[in-house]
Amino acid sequence: MSEMKFTIDGKECAAKAGQTIVEAARDNGVYIPTLCHYEGIKPAGACRICTVRVGGRNMAACTTPVTNGMIVENQTPELEDMRKSIIEMLFVEGNHMCPVCEKSGNCELQALAYRYTMLAPRFPYLWPKRGVDASIPKLYKDGNRCIQCLRCVRGVRAADGRKVFGLVNRGGHVRIGHDAELANALGDEEAQRAMDLCPVGALIRKGVGYAVPIGKRKYDGAPIGGELERA
Amino acid sequence: MGRKITIEPVTRVEGHGKVTIQLDPQGQVTDTRFHIVEFRGFERFVQGRPYWEAPVLVQRLCGICPVSHHLAAAKAMDVIVGAGTGDGLTPTAEKMRRLMHYGQMFQSHALHFFHLVSPDLLFGIDADPAIRNVIGVAIHHRDLAVQGVMMRKFGQEIIRATAGKKIHGTGAVPGGINKCLTPGERDEFLNGADPLNTAKMIEWAQGALDFFKGYHKKNAAFIDSFAVFPSSHLSLVRRDGALDLYHGVLRAVDSGGKKILDDVDYQDYLKYIGEEVRSWSYMKFPYLRSLGKAGGWYTVGPLARLNTCDFIPSPLAQKEFEEYRAYTKGKPNHMSMHMHWARLIELLHSAEMIEELLNDADLLKNDLLVKGSRRSEGVGLIEAPRGTLFHHYRVNENDQIVMANLIVSTTNNNEPMNRAVNYVAKERLNGQKEISEGMLNAVEVAIRCYDPCLSCATHALGHMPLEVTLIDAEGATLHVRHK
Repeated sequence: MSEMKFTIDGKECAAKAGQTIVEAARDNGVYIPTLCHYEGIKPAGACRICTVRVGGRNMAACTTPVTNGMIVENQTPELEDMRKSIIEMLFVEGNHMCPVCEKSGNCELQALAYRYTMLAPRFPYLWPKRGVDASIPKLYKDGNRCIQCLRCVRGVRAADGRKVFGLVNRGGHVRIGHDAELANALGDEEAQRAMDLCPVGALIRKGVGYAVPIGKRKYDGAPIGGELERA
Repeated sequence: MGRKITIEPVTRVEGHGKVTIQLDPQGQVTDTRFHIVEFRGFERFVQGRPYWEAPVLVQRLCGICPVSHHLAAAKAMDVIVGAGTGDGLTPTAEKMRRLMHYGQMFQSHALHFFHLVSPDLLFGIDADPAIRNVIGVAIHHRDLAVQGVMMRKFGQEIIRATAGKKIHGTGAVPGGINKCLTPGERDEFLNGADPLNTAKMIEWAQGALDFFKGYHKKNAAFIDSFAVFPSSHLSLVRRDGALDLYHGVLRAVDSGGKKILDDVDYQDYLKYIGEEVRSWSYMKFPYLRSLGKAGGWYTVGPLARLNTCDFIPSPLAQKEFEEYRAYTKGKPNHMSMHMHWARLIELLHSAEMIEELLNDADLLKNDLLVKGSRRSEGVGLIEAPRGTLFHHYRVNENDQIVMANLIVSTTNNNEPMNRAVNYVAKERLNGQKEISEGMLNAVEVAIRCYDPCLSCATHALGHMPLEVTLIDAEGATLHVRHK
């Protein structure tokens, strides 16, 4: 079957074989929030912000393929509140100082917090002690802002396909480490791509801060997901 | 038995401070202190951050004049990225920054005069505090209050157009600026509907000057004798001696007008200026090294700037400057209340400069950034509304800030403010049987002359010991403990 029919919140949608719910929803003009998902790299289902309800079960829409006749619940009050709680957890679990972060205005986590009108998190701040690593020649790595979405782990690779970034430690102590040799070899373009891949300000290209003026940044004009909903 | 009077908080200033006045059994003032009671840690927590973050991070010191910190840090970072020490930027970058700065100066001076100071002048310093405030001004002098609000709005809009936001923008980046002005923005400022256009702002700035001069004429005895004491003065001036609020060389004059410093490149400021820490305030006490800790203190701000510069490079402000200078027969002015006069001349100068810059085609060009050989150390100075502001950074080979030293305008004025408090306390409180609210407000009026920003000015962590003193009912010291 080359095309499948399914519904999202009652809206009739079509999907190509093999498409995930997130991909098919986008093609049908329906916004499902994502954070660890990035077009072109293998989905990981790491952040769970895209959680939808299918057949009474919570599923990560970025990793779940559409099946024919699938009934997807997306914008229910319960799901929206759960997504908001995930955003809040990500904020309290790191040290996110939006006022001075140069990713501000281009940051997907911040944009989601605005979209979900996060005023004050319901969870206590953990104020973790996380370091910064400025040893990579072209990149500034700031653990305070990392949400461990694994986009950099999956998407930043050396010319021979080896991963530049990887996970170190376990559980609550997990951090993004890097292969020094491969990271040191990153050029300007690769560093820019790594910064673009990172949804927050954890990977920042060195020496080019705040280049885009306020008003011209990605989310200055419209909330995240707005372009899909307006279309 | 002697007693201690505490004024806390000091009102109608930025930030939090308190004054203590010690009286002996005969009611004579024996000691006064102006304490800064809040603490900030920017010099410490900027360490480890990438250098290009500093202009955006450090401006969070303040919500009133963040532009000053933004630009001083950016100027220091210009040096770090090899873009020169103030004269290496593209014309568009330098003029956009200047426009931002004059917008800032204009709004801050308007805020101070109309919102914070005018109640003392309009109602009298011993008037009922219930009306001696900005709401009282709005009720009883509506036109003046509206002018204050709209002038502040105009300055804030200039900041928004140049920095991206009215408060805490991102316009200045190491080596330049991240945007130019659009023709639409320029035309709106030059030809916008009344009152938000440059012509009206210049007219209102002149009106504020006329108001002050009229008040001065009627109250010369008070204005000319309130907290008058000799001081050295320090500021940036343009190389030719002109008033320049954005860039220049350091000049200091003594109380008689003799130059102590002249034509000093501020990259070398540490050779000339030291900082002393005292146990009872979070604010440091800067001094001119050549004169030593005891006698090297100096004043910064509008009064100092008009005492150090030779002329003002805009016609209307220059005319006012000539009248102002003639009043002291060309000698340095030491009258604290004349700071308001000097500030209003700068308000007018800022409005004129905004108009001049807006008519400059360079603002619309797109050549925004320059970079050169990376350096590891940079100093940025600017004349903030409250006086000379020093930012000094060292950066390691990984682009991280490893050292920051800020000498904030109000910190420079620490000793003169303490002297002004002492002067007024002795003059107004000595031997009085009853201490009225008006007498204590007089002490605050002296502080307000300096337009201090106390939140910016606290920087002594790691230097200042904590001292706890246990005193018995008779006032005798039982025990002193240091930490």
